Amino acid sequence: MDNLLSIVTFIPAIAAVILLVFLHGDDAPAQRNAKWVALIATVITFLISLFILAEFDPQDTNMQFVEERDWLLGLKYKMGVDGISVLFVMLTTFMMPLTIAASWGVNKRVKEYMIAFLLLETLMLGVFMALDLVLFYLFFEAGLIPMFLIIGIWGGANRIYASFKFFLYTFLGSVLMLVAMVAMYADAGTTDIPTLMNHSFAAESFSILGIHVVGGLQTLLFLAFFASFAVKMPMWPVHTWLPDAHVQAPTAGSVVLAAILLKMGGYGFLRFSLPMFPIGADVLSDFILWMSAIAIVYTSLVALVQEDMKKLIAYSSVAHMGYVTMGIFVANQQGIDGAIFQMISHGFISGALFLCVGVIYDRMHTREIDAYGGLVNKMPAYALIFMFFTMANVGLPGTSGFVGEFLTLMGAFQKNTWVAAIATSGVILSAAYALWLYRRVVFGDLIKESLKTMNDMTAREKWIFAPLVAMTLLLGVYPSLVTDIIGPSVEALILNYDTALADAPASTQIAASH
Amino acid sequence: MISADLNIILPEIVLALYAMGALVGAVYTGKDALAGLLTWATALLFVVVGVWIGFSGAGDREAFDGMFQDDSFARFAKVIILWSAAAVLAMSQEYMQRRGILRFEYPLLVVLAVVGMMMMVSAGNLMSLYMGLELQSLALYVVASIRRESSKSTEAGMKYFVLGALSSGLLLYGSSLVYGFSGTTNFAGIIQAAGEGHTSLGLLFGLVFIVSGLAFKVSAVPFHMWTPDVYEGAPTPITAFFATAPKVAAMGLFARVVHDAFGGVVGDWQQIVALLSLLSMYLGAVAAIGQKDIKRLMAYSSIAHMGYALMGLAAGTEMGVKSMLIYMAIYVATNIGTFAFILSMERDGQPVTDIRSLNMYSKREPGKAIAVLILMFSLAGVPPFIGFFGKLEVLRAAYDAGLAWLAIAGVIASVIGAYYYLRIVFFMYFGDEDAEGLDKNRSPVLYGFLMASAAVLVFGLINLFGIEGPATIAAASLVN
Repeated sequence: MDNLLSIVTFIPAIAAVILLVFLHGDDAPAQRNAKWVALIATVITFLISLFILAEFDPQDTNMQFVEERDWLLGLKYKMGVDGISVLFVMLTTFMMPLTIAASWGVNKRVKEYMIAFLLLETLMLGVFMALDLVLFYLFFEAGLIPMFLIIGIWGGANRIYASFKFFLYTFLGSVLMLVAMVAMYADAGTTDIPTLMNHSFAAESFSILGIHVVGGLQTLLFLAFFASFAVKMPMWPVHTWLPDAHVQAPTAGSVVLAAILLKMGGYGFLRFSLPMFPIGADVLSDFILWMSAIAIVYTSLVALVQEDMKKLIAYSSVAHMGYVTMGIFVANQQGIDGAIFQMISHGFISGALFLCVGVIYDRMHTREIDAYGGLVNKMPAYALIFMFFTMANVGLPGTSGFVGEFLTLMGAFQKNTWVAAIATSGVILSAAYALWLYRRVVFGDLIKESLKTMNDMTAREKWIFAPLVAMTLLLGVYPSLVTDIIGPSVEALILNYDTALADAPASTQIAASH
Repeated sequence: MISADLNIILPEIVLALYAMGALVGAVYTGKDALAGLLTWATALLFVVVGVWIGFSGAGDREAFDGMFQDDSFARFAKVIILWSAAAVLAMSQEYMQRRGILRFEYPLLVVLAVVGMMMMVSAGNLMSLYMGLELQSLALYVVASIRRESSKSTEAGMKYFVLGALSSGLLLYGSSLVYGFSGTTNFAGIIQAAGEGHTSLGLLFGLVFIVSGLAFKVSAVPFHMWTPDVYEGAPTPITAFFATAPKVAAMGLFARVVHDAFGGVVGDWQQIVALLSLLSMYLGAVAAIGQKDIKRLMAYSSIAHMGYALMGLAAGTEMGVKSMLIYMAIYVATNIGTFAFILSMERDGQPVTDIRSLNMYSKREPGKAIAVLILMFSLAGVPPFIGFFGKLEVLRAAYDAGLAWLAIAGVIASVIGAYYYLRIVFFMYFGDEDAEGLDKNRSPVLYGFLMASAAVLVFGLINLFGIEGPATIAAASLVN
């Protein structure tokens, strides 16, 4: 299977083309066919992607399953995975069938809806597998188009504002990255990512427009990539598109956004920022650590006062991504292991939380927290599942949420105690907003008339949550499932990073040390 | 060696003779009754001549003591000019016939304009440059006002004529200065005179005037004022023509003048071209935001796109010319599709150009809506559509030439510009349900061009249809 990665990547796209060409009409049978085609395609993608995981050799820190072909303008079509990316691929293929299954109730333009999600899956998988700068950029940017349409067509009342904000915000971030890629191409003469990871970009400090740039070209390139990934992540203070996008997006859109699209930012930091611009990363790491600490505390406080359930979970996502950036830029084994673990686990947990909101939104068509209360009386199964993921979100030991937070905090303590101490307070705040949300929605007396007719979860809904519950528990009690796979690659990454810093020009080291 | 010279310009002679023969023939026989036939015959002739030039072999030749250059660069530009003109003629026949504005002069004026454009991209002398430019412009002034009873069309022709004449004046004044200070009108002589150590002040003045005159023709800011009015006022098929072939010709001529005549003093014109590029990108991006008329919007969009093409030219390198050629080819392919769509926008048989009439177009015509969506994202430079690769190439060229600031400014302008392309998608997909939708236009020709254009933008992803190789050779033949 030489083309395993391409096969996995393009099966959803092929299914989308089949829907586009062969499925006509918008009546009930056509809608049902569209849903089944999408579900079967995503399940097949997941099953085939299991071969990647089975054949993957964690001890080999080089790229595996590499495919390489000539492409236009001297670029290469090159795909491959290593320990850092393989789990993101698995996360994507795992989440997509659940997302499609959660969209079974969609009845507006179903064919286009399924096409958009299938194309989005192809593009997301491509991001995690691409080993050519421009190919990466292509997948990274093209993903904006289906997401723009998903928010804009199937979104809530204020969807147009949200979709434009989402598109333009992230587009602005990434075009700066494009210029940086052009600069890297000019400097290194190649767009091959593994080669670039071993290329040392110039780091001699220089002045531009009277500003002294410590770390020179590396710092500028780092900043350009940072602009893109920080928006995608999203980091405070460029996170404001996320609550809008989440609130307006349909449930499945929110799930994909939280579970997978946000992870592209973290993946980008690990694939580009740290290995390619170590000196730039070192110069700015303190700044980023403080930004992460602010993000964790500030967005947790903002989450406390939200009245919209989705907005609350969106802010909680920003806070959890703060742990990820903190873990990445402390650049030690615990920090980066924890960051990747946190991203995977957040994929399951936040995806599940948005699905939980979707369950009651489908019944009541409102996301106002005040509109609910006492659901436990009518929906015991729902109350249990929501409780489980609320606890996972808080970081209860035994769930996967705990491991990621703990590892990143442990990594941070070794580098910057103050940042770690402030970030730890975020754990308490997250318990506050998550449990308070749970209390207001689920507990209390069932006094609202409209809620008295609510039914508990259907079998379909329960089956969607089952795999998520299983994964969250499994990773919570047996985290080495993840760390064994990512460990060697992360170790190689850190070794590479430390070597580059040790070899750095003296002027940079002096500047970076204070 | 007059026969050898004539042999080199044979394609131009064939087209010119065809135009004159057809003119006489049509006047003495059926007049406008023949117009439909003539339009298709002309389109076919363009395609054939395009193939002929495209396959006429490699090598650089010149005719009439260097007045006329026949090199790979000229051939590359000519093929794009001829094929895009053929596409526009094919698209316009039905539209104009139904509105009774299809006169037999129309295809013949287009032929003459195309001959002028072919002269422009082959010019090797200030005289042949001016000759080609005027032949093109005079024909275009007339086609802009071909709808004589419409005051808007007349206004468009009049504005175009007055401002075009002004730009020709600037160009001529510059040419006379260049001639005065270099003692020759031949590009080969000028490049020697300009390359001797420092450029004399007179020559520099001449260069500035010539560049200003050319900037009018490519509608670069601040010489763009005519563009929106002419685009809006002229009948839509004519607008489609203005947006494609003449832009390629003017960019080709621009590249030829700055490289063939002033290639030794890149530093002297680089800053001017970079400034034109910067202003065009930003004005095109910002001014289009408020437009309600899709033709005016496309006018500003074309100004912005000329800004990106000029960015490639501003690099002043072989790579810059190559990126400019690739950019123009992609631009033309996209614009043909876009105008095929605009031509098909009708309500109750009347043409509509209001963007809001696209409300929920995706419900009525899902296939065409997807095609337009692809065109718009390609124009915005969003991958995977090939508009992105055009932008990537000009950015690379600009960065390699030390114009990193221009590249950064350019990508930021492209984000601003993305807004109005997204707005069209917004109307088609997210707009309110509107009782007054567009008619279901099933003109197979327009539908075919729209779909073909969208397909080009998607499948070009595989290898850009191999235009990279010819573009590289073309750029190498111009810059050496």
